[in-house]
Amino acid sequence: MTLDAAAYDALALSLKVSLVATLFSLPVAIAVAWLLARRRFPGHALVSALVHLPLVLPPVVTGYLLLLTFGRNGAVGGLLESLGIVFAFRWTGAALAAGVMGFPLMVRAIRLSIEAVDPRLEEAAATLGAGRWAGFARVTLPLIGPGILAGAVMGFAKAMGEFGATITFVANIPGQTQTLPSAIYAFLQVPGGEGAALRLVLLASGVAIGAVLLSEWLARRMAARIGA
Amino acid sequence: MSLSVDIAHRFDGFALEAAFEAGSGVTAIFGPSGSGKSTIGNAVAGLLRPDRGRIELGGDVLFDRAQGICIAAARRRIGVVFQEGRLFPHLDVARNIAFGARYAPAGAPGLDEGAIMAMLGIEPLMARRPRSLSGGEKQRVAIARALLMRPRLLLMDEPLAALDGPRKDEILPYLERLRDSGTVPIVYITHSVAEIARLADRIVVLREGRVLRQGDITDVLSDPAMVPLIGVREAGSVLIAKVTERSPGGLSRLEIGGGTLRLPGIEAEVGQTLRVRVLAQDVLVSLARPEGLSSRNILPAVVEEIRRGDGPGVALSLRIGEARLLARITADALEDLALRPGMDCYAVLKATAVARADIGS
Repeated sequence: MTLDAAAYDALALSLKVSLVATLFSLPVAIAVAWLLARRRFPGHALVSALVHLPLVLPPVVTGYLLLLTFGRNGAVGGLLESLGIVFAFRWTGAALAAGVMGFPLMVRAIRLSIEAVDPRLEEAAATLGAGRWAGFARVTLPLIGPGILAGAVMGFAKAMGEFGATITFVANIPGQTQTLPSAIYAFLQVPGGEGAALRLVLLASGVAIGAVLLSEWLARRMAARIGA
Repeated sequence: MSLSVDIAHRFDGFALEAAFEAGSGVTAIFGPSGSGKSTIGNAVAGLLRPDRGRIELGGDVLFDRAQGICIAAARRRIGVVFQEGRLFPHLDVARNIAFGARYAPAGAPGLDEGAIMAMLGIEPLMARRPRSLSGGEKQRVAIARALLMRPRLLLMDEPLAALDGPRKDEILPYLERLRDSGTVPIVYITHSVAEIARLADRIVVLREGRVLRQGDITDVLSDPAMVPLIGVREAGSVLIAKVTERSPGGLSRLEIGGGTLRLPGIEAEVGQTLRVRVLAQDVLVSLARPEGLSSRNILPAVVEEIRRGDGPGVALSLRIGEARLLARITADALEDLALRPGMDCYAVLKATAVARADIGS
């Protein structure tokens, strides 16, 4: 029973962490994707490389870099702590780690969908009187809906599965920072924990498959609505 | 509302240097592909920033490189109809059309919505999605969309180029109605002389990024110097003709200010003014009034200007009262007839030579 309680705690925490990570990183991902897809500026390649960094770095390195930056003694972490925002060894830190790790996947999916939108449609919107924001909101955004959805699902799935950076940055504190993967790892470390680990594996798989199915269904509806 | 353009732009080894004016009515910008037409269109619409120059509309400076002024496209209030329509795929026709209406300033002049819908026949299409529309329907919707933002100028960039022949003929009457409504000046970019003959009041002839000629279409198109620019088979004058006698089954009579044309297939009412495009190659020249000839149009004329081409052809302009007719004959015939400017002659035209599509309102 205690194992089950810990398992459900981990699931609830993972869902919360992933949802918060996705919601917070999505607007940033859209902005960065738009910048990379539609603007040419000095440092374009550098920004693109930075965005993709969490994808290619060992997760433990990303976690350590987060700790260095957002830890209590980190440059940004110290500053934020004076504002009452703490990441290190809190669930918020898990969300930050999950968001950072999922970010490249989100940007990639959204950038591809923006590149697929004919810029001449945006020009047409401008000639009709729509400024840059209005044109983006009324033409580009609806047309990239499926791409945003795909990016969000990818980001969410990545957040649900994120382990290396999370455990490095916020450790593995049951009820506080113990996400689903961390819990699976923890159960596998104790004798007799295989059963609980297996239940969590099934749970994690169920959530992942459910998310993908839901996104497929939403994407189909959205595609029909935008006439793509 | 007059548009004044004087710009220079250079890219990919192409240099545009063009200055022209466009007033009320339809001003055609005519040139082959690669002559810089669309570059001019984009600069006027605010989608391209030229290297140098100035663009003014109705006294407002839209662009002035030297002064660092470049009004954003969204604030120029120039309605643009693109070749590919560029309708928004995620919106139905009603929403596409309404897209720009909210940005129109209150009280801006222009046709009201009902009149635009009726003029362009949009009502039956309102619930449809762009992808289910035919090419001609798409362009009508695109025109309505541009008009509903109450533009100060309507810029049409090859609006018919993507359509096949029958679709073009289907949409031309809509464009004539729009022109005749007189609500908005139109700049019409095209490489088709046939469209210009039907629609334009003025023409700006563009070649390799330069303006070679601009003026009223009746003057420019009947100028022998235009023949090599337009192409020998396409060259021809536009006559402004008034229907004086109508004979639906037979030949109707049309006054061209110095002569009478007799043409079949005229459906216009008596008193109505039509534009008739007469191809230069369909006009014969005779020194004496021909007799026993099947041609129904034999018009007394005076040779005005003669221009020899590089090939075997010669272009001449013939004055018929106030009207001017362009004819193309061979150099051999010119020698034989010893034609000189000022000589009296007869212009001969087969009644059936004028195609139905070459008669417009």
